[in-house]
Amino acid sequence: MDVLAGKVKVTSKTLDQTMNPAELMDHPIRLTARDVTVHYGEKQALHGISIDIPDRAVTAFIGPSGCGKSTFLRCINRMNDTIEGAKVGGKIELDGEDIYSPDLDVVELRARVGMVFQKPNPFPKSIYDNVAYGPRIHGLAKSKADLDEIVISSLRKAGLFEEVKDRLSEPGTGLSGGQQQRLCIARAIAVGPEVILMDEPCSALDPIATAIIEELIDELRENYTIVIVTHSMQQAARVSQKTAFFHLGNLIEHGDTEEIFTNPVNKQTQDYIMGRIG
Amino acid sequence: MTDTVLPGASAGAQNRDQVRKSLTRRHRNEALFRWAGILSIAAALGFVAILFGMILSKGLPSFWQSTVHVEAYFDPELIEGGPRPELADFPSQADYQEAVNKWQRAVTLSNWNRIVETALRAEAPDFEIESRDLLELVNSAARFQLRDMYFANSDVLGQTVPVSILASANTDNWLKGTINRDAPDDRQQLAATTRALADQFEANGTISFDFAWHIFTNVDSRSAPATAGLAGAFMGSLYMMIVVIVLAVPIGVASAVYLEEFAPKNRLTDLIEVNINNLAAVPSIVFGLLGAAVFINYLGLPRSAPLVGGLVLTLMTLPTIIIATRAALRAVPPSLRQAALGLGASHNQTVFHHVLPMTYPGVLTATIIGVAQALGETAPLLLIGMSAFIANIPAGPLDSATALPVQIYLWQGNENRNFFEARTSAAIIVLLGLMLLLNAIAIFLRSRLEKRA
Repeated sequence: MDVLAGKVKVTSKTLDQTMNPAELMDHPIRLTARDVTVHYGEKQALHGISIDIPDRAVTAFIGPSGCGKSTFLRCINRMNDTIEGAKVGGKIELDGEDIYSPDLDVVELRARVGMVFQKPNPFPKSIYDNVAYGPRIHGLAKSKADLDEIVISSLRKAGLFEEVKDRLSEPGTGLSGGQQQRLCIARAIAVGPEVILMDEPCSALDPIATAIIEELIDELRENYTIVIVTHSMQQAARVSQKTAFFHLGNLIEHGDTEEIFTNPVNKQTQDYIMGRIG
Repeated sequence: MTDTVLPGASAGAQNRDQVRKSLTRRHRNEALFRWAGILSIAAALGFVAILFGMILSKGLPSFWQSTVHVEAYFDPELIEGGPRPELADFPSQADYQEAVNKWQRAVTLSNWNRIVETALRAEAPDFEIESRDLLELVNSAARFQLRDMYFANSDVLGQTVPVSILASANTDNWLKGTINRDAPDDRQQLAATTRALADQFEANGTISFDFAWHIFTNVDSRSAPATAGLAGAFMGSLYMMIVVIVLAVPIGVASAVYLEEFAPKNRLTDLIEVNINNLAAVPSIVFGLLGAAVFINYLGLPRSAPLVGGLVLTLMTLPTIIIATRAALRAVPPSLRQAALGLGASHNQTVFHHVLPMTYPGVLTATIIGVAQALGETAPLLLIGMSAFIANIPAGPLDSATALPVQIYLWQGNENRNFFEARTSAAIIVLLGLMLLLNAIAIFLRSRLEKRA
C-alpha cells in the first residue's frame, strides 16, 4: 500500500474537504443518470451509466484515457449533440426533468449547465465582452449598469477581478493560461448556471495555476453543483467529495472520494489508483 | 573501467558507419534540393524581371508625348456665327438654348484648320510646307480643341492665346524613333517636309515631351490616335468591379456559410460541392457564352453593358469566394464553437457572432483575389460585346463600355503599330498598377483585421 500512499497523499486537508454522511444529507441529488449509453457511429463509447450527482458538491470523474468520462460529461449539457453520428440513449434528469425530452430547449439547458473546457478558449474579444457575452445573448441584463455588475461579480467569483480590473477592454487571449481558464470560469458563471461541468480544466496549466483553479473550485462548490473530469488522481482527491471511476465505457465504482481512494471495493479501481492501469 | 568489450559494441560501431555513409548521401540530396530550389526561384524571378523590364521600357515613354506649344490667334474673320447669344436677349430658356445650338453649329463650320495652320506657321515663318503636310504634324482633333476653347470662353475672339496641341501619332513616332528614321520616303508615314519641320520644332522647343494626362482623362479615339486614353475603359472596369463586389461577396459568403454550417451532409450537397469546384475550372470564354445567351438574349439586358459584364464576372468570381470562405470556416478552431455553444448560444448565434468574424481576413483576401482576377478577364467580355469601339465615358452600368484588358486587346490590334505598341504597354502598366493597389489594400485590411482578432 506504500504505492498508494506515494500516489495520493491523503493529508488532513484532503480529509477536511470530504463530507461526513450527515453533511451529505444537506446535498440532495441534483442530477440523475440512468442507463446512459453513447454511440459514435458503430462504436459504443458508453455502456449504461447510472449515477446520482449531489447538489453543491464536487463530483470527480476519473479513469484512463478513452474510458468515456468526458463523453459522459458532455451528455450532461448535450454537447454531444454537436458531434456528427453521436447517439445518446438512457435518461438524464436535472431536478427531475428529462434533459433529452423534446420539450426541452438545449439553449435553456446550457444556460443552466455551464461548461469549462480542457484548453482555455476565451473568445478573441475583450475580457469584458468575454464575460458579458452569455448575459447578453440570454438577455440577463436590463441595463449597462446591470451588465457591468454581472461582469464584475463573475470575475470576482472566479478570483480574477483584482488581476484584470484595469484592463477589462484588453483582449482575453492576452492573459496567461491560468488567467484565461479563470476567465472561462467567470464567463460560465456569468450566465448564472446551477451546474458547472469541467473537462480537465487544469491539464493545460502549470502547477501554480492549477493550485489557484483548485482553490477556486473549492470555493465555487458552496453555490454550484460541480462535475469535474480529471486525469490527475491527486486533483480528484484534493477537490472532490464524490468520485466516479470509469473504465472502457463503464462506470466501475462511485462513492465518497475518501472511500474510493482509501478503500476501493473493485479490483480495477484499486489497480488504477495504485497506478497499475491507466 | 575494464577492457571487456560490452556485448553489442561492435554492432554499434557498424551502425555508426552505416549512419555516416547515409549521412553523406542525405547531405548531398539536401544540397541538390536546395540548389534546385534556388535555380527555379532565380528562373522565375528572371522571367518576371524580363516581363516588367519590357513593359516598363516600352510603356513608360508613351506617358510623355510630343506636344506642340503654339500661340493661336482666334481670328474674327475666320470664326463664324457672330457673338455668343446672351440669355437676356431671349424670352425663354428654350429659345436661348436653340440659339446657342445654332451658334455652336455655325462656329463648328468655321475654318478651324486654318487657325491651327496659322499658329503652326508662326513658329517657323520661313519654312515652306504644304498646308496638308503641315496639319499632319498635329493630331486631327486639334481643330476641335480650339473650337471647344472658344465654346468655353468666347472672349478669346480676336486674341492670341498660348495653346498646347498634341502632335499626331506619326509625329510622335518620328521624334521618338519608334519608326525607322532611315527608311525611304515611300515607307514613311509623314512627308519629308513634315518630318523636317518636326525636327526643327523639337530643336527650337516648340515641341516638347509633356506628361500625357489625357491617357487618364480621354476616351479611346480612332480618328486622332494621339489623343486616345483609358478613361472609358477605366470607368467600364470600375462599374463591373462594383457589380462583382456587390453581388459576388454576399452571395458567395452566404452560400459558403450555408453549405459549411447549416446544410445537411447528403448526396445533393455533395453534388453541389463538386459542381462548385468544377465551376472554378470552367474556361472563362464559356461564361461569356452563358452571359450572351442568358443575360442578353433571354433577359434582354443591353449589349456591351458593364452590368452584363459584371454579372458574367460575378459567376466567375463566385467559386473563388465560396471555396476560400469554406476553407476559412473550416479553419476556425472547434474550441471556439464549443465555447459559444457551451454558454447556450444557438447554432445561428455561434456562427454569426464567433465563427464568421474569424473568417473575415480570409474572405477579404479571396474577394480581392477574385476581383483582381475579374479585373484582368478579357475573353468573356468579347462575347457580350464589350470589345466594341466606344467613344464615350459610360455614365452608368447600362451604358455601352469597354474594359481595361479589352482596351489593351483593342490597342494591340490597332493598325498604327508603332504608336500603339507603346500605348498598349502603358495600358498594361495602368492595369498592373490597379492590381497592385487592390492587393496592397487587401494586405493592409487583412493585417488590420488580424490584429483586431
